[in-house]
Amino acid sequence: MLLARIVGTVVATRKDPRLVSNKLLLARPVDPRGKAEGNYLIAIDTVDAGVGETVLIVSGSSARMASGLKDCPVDAAVVGIIDQVDVSE
Amino acid sequence: MQIGRVIGDVVATRKDGRFDGIALLMVQPLGAEGEAVGRPLIAVDSVGAGVGEHVFFVRGKEASFPFHPVEVPADAGIVGIVDHWTTQSGQRPAKAAR
Repeated sequence: MLLARIVGTVVATRKDPRLVSNKLLLARPVDPRGKAEGNYLIAIDTVDAGVGETVLIVSGSSARMASGLKDCPVDAAVVGIIDQVDVSE
Repeated sequence: MQIGRVIGDVVATRKDGRFDGIALLMVQPLGAEGEAVGRPLIAVDSVGAGVGEHVFFVRGKEASFPFHPVEVPADAGIVGIVDHWTTQSGQRPAKAAR
């Protein structure tokens, strides 16, 4: 999984019907110290995350194991809101 | 599977309920000589690994298999703690560092 900060929301009217009523979030991966790095990605929200929060994103086919996403065409899902990261080195 | 080193832990109160009781650890993937390769990632732990230990981990859906039948929504999971590994240039990690 990766750490990311939510930087926005995405609205799409025309989309795969299995995505209806899912919230799409725009996220930017961050390193353990909170510095942004890499490309933005769109993830489905399953934990009521909001803009500015640091979250845990699961990607690939495992994203479909997040709650409510069985058989949905997704490859990234927000599955946790990060309180704290302790990196010792 | 890949070799990595546990460099930290991650705390999340609000998360998918299937993560309850499972440690989330920050892992730095390593190359053959023990050098850092690529970005750190977060993995679920099924073997009781701790910060500073060398581990090997799986990526993809298989990360949830140790918790079967619970389908933990994870894409990386620590499945072993590495005592040491050997390449042509010798044993890693160097004995002094262990």
